[in-house]
Amino acid sequence: MTDMPVGERPQLAPPVDDSGVFGWIRKNLFSSWANGLTTVVLVVAVGWVLSWFLEWAVFTANFTAATGAECRGHGACWALIREKYRYIFFGSFPYEQHWRPLFAVIAMLAMLVLSADRRMWNWRLAVIWAVGSFVTFLLMFGQIHIPLSLVLFIALVVGAVGMSLRKGIGSPTEIMAYRVAAAVGLVGIVLRIAGVLPGWSLAIAPLSYVETGLWGGIPVTIILATYGLAFAFPYGILLALGRRSNLPLIKGLCVGFIELIRGVPLISLLIMASVMLPLFLPSGVTFDKFLRAQVAVILFAGAYIAEIVRGGLQSLPKGQFEAADAMGLNYVQKTTLIILPQALRVVIPPLINTFIGFFKDTSLVLIIGIFDFLNTANQALVDPNWAGFPGEVYLFAAFVYFIFCYSMSRYSKYLEYELNKGTRR
Amino acid sequence: MAVQAVGSAPRVKVAPWNDPVIRGWVFQIVVVGLVGLLAWYLVSNTMENLQRQKIASGFHFLEREAGFEIGDTMIAYSPASTYARAIFVGLLNTLKVAVLGVILSTILGTMIGVGRLSSNWLLARICEWYVEAFRNVPLLLWLFLFYKLISEAFPGPRQAISLLWNTVFLSNRGLYFPVPVADPIHAWMGLAFLVGIAGAWVLHRWARKRQDATGQPFPSILAGFGVALGLPILVWLLGGAPHHMSWPELKGFNFDGGTVIQPEFTALLVGLVLYTSAFVAEIVRSGILALHKGQSEAAAALGLSRSQSMRLVLLPQALRVIVPPMTSQYLNITKNSSLAIAIGYPDLVASINVTINQTGQAIENVLLIMAAYLSVSLSISAFMNWYNKRIALRER
Amino acid sequence: MAANAAHNLSNAASVITLRGVNKWFGQFHVLSDINLEVKEGERIVVCGPSGSGKSTLIRCINRLEEHQQGDIIVDGVTLSNDVKNIEAIRREVGMVFQSFNLFPHLTILDNLTLAPIWVKKMPKKDAEEVAMGLLTRVRIPEQALKYPGQLSGGQQQRVAIARALCMRPKIMLFDEPTSALDPEMVKEVLDVMIELAREGMTMLCVTHEMGFARAVADRVIFMDRGEIVEQNEPEEFFANPRNERTKLFLGQILHR
Repeated sequence: MTDMPVGERPQLAPPVDDSGVFGWIRKNLFSSWANGLTTVVLVVAVGWVLSWFLEWAVFTANFTAATGAECRGHGACWALIREKYRYIFFGSFPYEQHWRPLFAVIAMLAMLVLSADRRMWNWRLAVIWAVGSFVTFLLMFGQIHIPLSLVLFIALVVGAVGMSLRKGIGSPTEIMAYRVAAAVGLVGIVLRIAGVLPGWSLAIAPLSYVETGLWGGIPVTIILATYGLAFAFPYGILLALGRRSNLPLIKGLCVGFIELIRGVPLISLLIMASVMLPLFLPSGVTFDKFLRAQVAVILFAGAYIAEIVRGGLQSLPKGQFEAADAMGLNYVQKTTLIILPQALRVVIPPLINTFIGFFKDTSLVLIIGIFDFLNTANQALVDPNWAGFPGEVYLFAAFVYFIFCYSMSRYSKYLEYELNKGTRR
Repeated sequence: MAVQAVGSAPRVKVAPWNDPVIRGWVFQIVVVGLVGLLAWYLVSNTMENLQRQKIASGFHFLEREAGFEIGDTMIAYSPASTYARAIFVGLLNTLKVAVLGVILSTILGTMIGVGRLSSNWLLARICEWYVEAFRNVPLLLWLFLFYKLISEAFPGPRQAISLLWNTVFLSNRGLYFPVPVADPIHAWMGLAFLVGIAGAWVLHRWARKRQDATGQPFPSILAGFGVALGLPILVWLLGGAPHHMSWPELKGFNFDGGTVIQPEFTALLVGLVLYTSAFVAEIVRSGILALHKGQSEAAAALGLSRSQSMRLVLLPQALRVIVPPMTSQYLNITKNSSLAIAIGYPDLVASINVTINQTGQAIENVLLIMAAYLSVSLSISAFMNWYNKRIALRER
Repeated sequence: MAANAAHNLSNAASVITLRGVNKWFGQFHVLSDINLEVKEGERIVVCGPSGSGKSTLIRCINRLEEHQQGDIIVDGVTLSNDVKNIEAIRREVGMVFQSFNLFPHLTILDNLTLAPIWVKKMPKKDAEEVAMGLLTRVRIPEQALKYPGQLSGGQQQRVAIARALCMRPKIMLFDEPTSALDPEMVKEVLDVMIELAREGMTMLCVTHEMGFARAVADRVIFMDRGEIVEQNEPEEFFANPRNERTKLFLGQILHR
């Protein structure tokens, strides 16, 4: 028995060699013979590699050489990056106008960041994307022609969706407005296809025109990834809904399509797009090469997004569907108002991971000759004046990719944490 | 109110355009019709274009002479071989990379995944940085980096680095090392190996029965290894231990004899394995973390040793969580091997690309690519579905 | 309550001895100078508010937690970092957890026979006989070939008790065995534990079930903030708590 009354014993501090800095070192690095040995081996190995790397990359590196010959030596040649960074980042875009792709990149990043914010998940999202895309393409192309058929198509979609979404909720004038919009859109498109309606377009041309062949570097990578995801998202949702539908033909089509796309490598789709697309179209109609790559990325992304969304749909309790049906909602209302918001909230983290994956996958378009960021970096090595520094260029490119992807994955973790706040107690 | 007879509620008359069944079918027919219309449009354009550009149709091109060289072949091939053979060579190369990639990245990835959970802070952090570094950079970039490093860091054949007393040579044309000359004993050794595997399995069954009966455990895994490896060696010894080797020798501009691992293959395999291991590590780690802490405590409290509780309690449960995403990584390795075309390794896509360029028959060739990859991915999916059904935890 | 077997403990040997045991979680002093002696055949109930260290105490006994200072001696073996000692102790000490911790990928029978086969190296038939016998004792022999996911909580906990008993331990530790159960299943588990106590098993039980304490305990120990505040025979303990903190605690849990 102790000599001090119970309840008045002081809180003792833990033994010195078991807490504080020493304790931490002891527990985490030297808790057993094997552990201690591992620590020693790792410290030596890491130290050796790190010292070699720092020696090459920093202490004997050349930052200021003017030509390749000057730069040869033991250390890294970062002067090459200094010389060529504008080309690596922006490709063959006219030199003085590099502010245009820079701002286009900023616009797209802003669009993406805002899209992940739950407060924007309503009509605001459409506005953000419309404005952001307009700004992006105006900057990149310099001149935009808005064709009549696009306007008619938008009218048709808005009218059709509005009709079913607001059925029973909207006032008669509102429903009539949707009907009119859909009718105008449908009739207009049919007339356009039949050739009766001429191809009018609205031209907006404040800057000089830069064709897609001159685009290169980071803007290309981000455009392919962003618009790949943007268009793949709705079409992926449609595929996922179709795959879960009870109608056998629809389900079969969707399943077949999804499995087909997911079973083949992206390279084969890119080759298909660049080689087969010209065959599919009537002679004389050409497809911009950049657009071909974008279409391939969209088709590819959609199938993967479909599977992720399907997972989210499956995780919803059946009661949600039943309650929506019991309230008398039609399919469009049920899906857009009740099912999708919940399902999508659940799958945001995997969706962001998929976006990171596509961001990396855009590097494959170099196979069909599109100058994305990896390709421009590659091209920087081709200059005979600056030949022989693959390590520097690739490490630099890897670093840039790492910055983008790592920030996105940290953001995704942050989002996951925020989203789960509602479910944690 | 008259009481209705049970089970004979009258069918309510519904206008056809409101009947959900009819609406469903109409919707389907419309959609299929639209898709069919689109398909017809594309097909008719295609046929017209093919005719106009005088491109042949059908698969007869497979019998024609290929006329191009392939640098790295597993079977005999020459430019006089058919396109079919060229494509087959490409397919074998793809499979070679895929299988080796799967095995190596599973091993490396598991080690890194377990290392990340280690109690040694330094080891855990290094594994974590490895995973983050490889996951956030495109695979293609790693391939370019490794390929350029290998082909530019090593000297030409005439100044090749020689190792192991002038038997192994490392140059920018590849790693040359000696191999045994083909000998009939090798077929017997192969047979002995198969017999050894069967024997190991029989040994395992016998050991199990013995343990059930007497409780004595038997190291059947080690013994099985011994049998599977020992029998071929025994056969070799009995056959007089033939040891004629083919040595690589410098002849002219390159080496002759022995066998070679080329830089393209090395760069592709190394890049694929390092990249995929990062993802495998994450899968293994989340599988182990998914285990309830109480499981290892309960196993320990019962007196099971660390390795016993790993083997009997923890690993079976972790595998349930690990296997599905792992199989999709295996699928990814197979698909990612198609990046070989960027660094010049002659895989399936590369062979077919040359074929398209030479014959112009894009459609048939693309169909071949898709058929090949689809059969691999469908078989992996089928395996995974079967595995999932078999091991699903039974619940109320 | 009914007279618990006022069995004679005066000549029994000590099976668990704790001397000056201190444990810290980082800077937090979770066990403070614990001194305890458990005799063979003794049944002890440990109670106290959450965070008092009672679970940590019994988890230290079979080395699921490590103590930094002091000695713990179980069945004559001193607990240290020596793996052989730990394994020897765990063979004689059985544990039942709050969250049952049955192995979900094995049948009930396999759950029970796993340790006897691989640790005690029993032949399979003998292990299965022992297992079925114990399943009958906890009154669920018909569940032998089912999987844990197919059983109710009360059944799972009874299986967990049977699984610990399959190793024929000398001492049984219970870490809040009924806290995770629905109220209607608590009784079936407590009945099994009472039977076990009546057969003479040495038991150390952390629980809030005071009825159980009154029924079978030889000693009730109250812990608070890492210290053993008070210990006594159940009658005395509930009727005349001596320490202020004990009175406070009993007031909180015995208000029903």
